[in-house]
Amino acid sequence: MKDNLLEIKNVKADVDGKEILKGLNLTIKRGEIHAIMGPNGSGKSTLCNVIMGNPHYTVTDGEILFEGENIVNLKVNERAKKGIFLSFQSPEEIPGITVDNFIRTSLNAVTNKNMPMLQFAKSMKEKMDMLDMKPEYRTRYLNVGFSGGEKKKSEILQMAMLNPKLVMLDEIDSGLDIDALRVVAETVRKLKTEDMSILIITHYNRILDYLEPDVISVLAHGRIVKEGDKNLAKELEKTGYESILDEVLS
Amino acid sequence: MKKTIVNDIDFSRYNIKNEVRYSYKTEKGLSKKIVEEISERKNEPKWMRDFRLKSLEIYESKPMPTWGVDLSQLDINSIVAYLSPDAKLKNSWDEVPEDIRSTFERLGIPEAEKKALAGVGAQYDSEVVYHSIKDNLAKQGVIFEDMDTALKKYPDVIKEYFMTKNVTPNDHKFAALHGAIWSGGTFVYVPENVKVEVPLQAYFRMNAPGTGQFEHTLIIADRGSEVRFIEGCSAPQYAVSNLHAGCVELFVKEGARLIYSTIENWSKNTYNLNTKRALVDKDGVIEWISGSFGSHKTMLYPASVLRGKGAKSEYTGVTFAAKGQHLDTGSKMIHLAPYTSSKVLAKSISKDGGITNYRGLLRIGPNAEGAKASVQCEGLMIDEISRSDTMPIIEVSNDNVDIGHEAKVGRISDEQIFYLMTRGLSEDEARSMIVRGFVEPVAKSLPLEYAVELNRLIKLELEGTIG
Ligand SMILES: Nc1ncnc2c1ncn2[C@@H]1O[C@H](COP(=O)(O)OP(=O)(O)OP(=O)(O)O)[C@@H](O)[C@H]1O
Ligand SMILES: [Mg+2]
Repeated sequence: MKDNLLEIKNVKADVDGKEILKGLNLTIKRGEIHAIMGPNGSGKSTLCNVIMGNPHYTVTDGEILFEGENIVNLKVNERAKKGIFLSFQSPEEIPGITVDNFIRTSLNAVTNKNMPMLQFAKSMKEKMDMLDMKPEYRTRYLNVGFSGGEKKKSEILQMAMLNPKLVMLDEIDSGLDIDALRVVAETVRKLKTEDMSILIITHYNRILDYLEPDVISVLAHGRIVKEGDKNLAKELEKTGYESILDEVLS
Repeated sequence: MKKTIVNDIDFSRYNIKNEVRYSYKTEKGLSKKIVEEISERKNEPKWMRDFRLKSLEIYESKPMPTWGVDLSQLDINSIVAYLSPDAKLKNSWDEVPEDIRSTFERLGIPEAEKKALAGVGAQYDSEVVYHSIKDNLAKQGVIFEDMDTALKKYPDVIKEYFMTKNVTPNDHKFAALHGAIWSGGTFVYVPENVKVEVPLQAYFRMNAPGTGQFEHTLIIADRGSEVRFIEGCSAPQYAVSNLHAGCVELFVKEGARLIYSTIENWSKNTYNLNTKRALVDKDGVIEWISGSFGSHKTMLYPASVLRGKGAKSEYTGVTFAAKGQHLDTGSKMIHLAPYTSSKVLAKSISKDGGITNYRGLLRIGPNAEGAKASVQCEGLMIDEISRSDTMPIIEVSNDNVDIGHEAKVGRISDEQIFYLMTRGLSEDEARSMIVRGFVEPVAKSLPLEYAVELNRLIKLELEGTIG
């Protein structure tokens, strides 16, 4: 039996004084692939931000345990160093900083050591080949002028290089064409080690077909309202969220 | 790695304070008597003395500028206009007094001279204490002298060029002030078709508190010649104000090319009111590289007067203002002849309540048929309390021209900081990375050693570390 990598206990969180997470409970085991689905505006991205420690969001109650330690008071970069990674629904652009320079700086910051240049270059090439990214991207400025799909690949490239313990993929599938989706999903699967847990946020079944989640949770109104296995996604596809919500609210 | 808080930057390299030993200094303030004293001490010809007195009159007749930075706290009457260090001009570092030499050593000047420079001048307060040029250049007829010596050795040339047809005392109040009490500086003459491959450097150091530095730089690049000139400046931090009102006059003759670069690091109590102008003849090229990091208040607008057909100018500038600093900088491009071209790339950064303003002028005269010009100026504010503005003025009097123009200011967003922090960077490192990215287009166009120095200064300013 694997241990719990992440335990979220009764977390309430505000943004600009408005409560978005309203006593959310969630456990992710080490090595688990866990999908979260739920209506627009239900708080999925908020949950990722809260786990990552975005200072814009205030946790007013509850605990977030990562490997048993409460991380609620840790800074964002300290959480990153512990092995938490967020692939953004819409990643920022950083003009003037190349992908190469950025990933190198980030890798050195997270691991606290300098990876030798050659090893870095080799590793980058390998990961970029997997993602079907042209070598030119290494010298492009981070996300600047990238298409929606390219931005998503750039996120996965970063994940691949940083090798975190918990990967949160916030709508990695939005903006990807069918082929790119396959490439990205297969890369994630290849990169996933036994010790890596993945939290996927999605509205669609396709990526779940590739990644086969162990657990699917439904988030609505700031809480996890239902949990099931991978068949839950198919069910939702047919029935929509309304029936579940009716069930929960009644 | 040493880490200090961002507000309390370790500028120790620039902040060496030596005991003030002087052989001579004037009373505080400004008067006919003081101006005459300076001229007499320097043993100048009568025409220069008259020129100084005339400039003083002009200075007194002109009001303080009311635009740009706030100068109401600048009290000329509390500034010592002339202070001669207790050191004679030498051409060997060994003969320069120990404390002065070690200051320049800590600034890296003698070392740079050995490695990468063709000639060096070093000014300490009002006088040049070291000047030297490589023999091979002297043999080719290149003149590189301190200004006072040049006045003695080449009186006719100086009389012809000194504040007569480029910058004049009538231009503005501080040009007049400069004319009255200028001291030290550099004279460079590069003969026709001589290409000086290795740069010449002048370093200006203010050591004494409450003084002014008014060095004069005059460079004549004769037809078809090429030369690179580097100017560095710094001063230790004192409680009282220092004033720097230098003047740079550049003459780029037909087909010549002059690169003039400055990294200015005055202490944050210095008023830097500097005048720089280049007159560029047919097919001549002037390139300005300008880094403004120090000073309390700066007004600096290097001007290029493109008066010969096909003359060209490029200005690349970075301005960085932190707490208590107000830096008003920019570039003036004056197109007077056909097919002249100019390009401005200016980036400014403000943090901790610092203020930067890009104030530029692009003027296309009626004769500048077929002129081409582009201006790109951009300001980045690092936090909520800092300010940045751009005021690029464009005046066009010819229809057949090609002009590109882009001006914008922005602030680092919390989302960008968050994004970078999720990848392991601390908040300071995240800011520093965004700023490095912001200046990248400038850094890319700089000679490597400047790009390195620029990144070093940014790191120092934003992370408090020398990485
Ligand atoms: N930074 C913010 N400022 C203001 N409101 C916010 C902010 N972030 C989230 N919200 C609000 O919180 C609620 C939850 O938003 P969130 O982005 O978490 O939803 P989501 O489940 O990810 O939705 P989607 O499926 O559309 O991505 C929304 O009502 C949203 O408007
Ligand atoms: Mg979302």
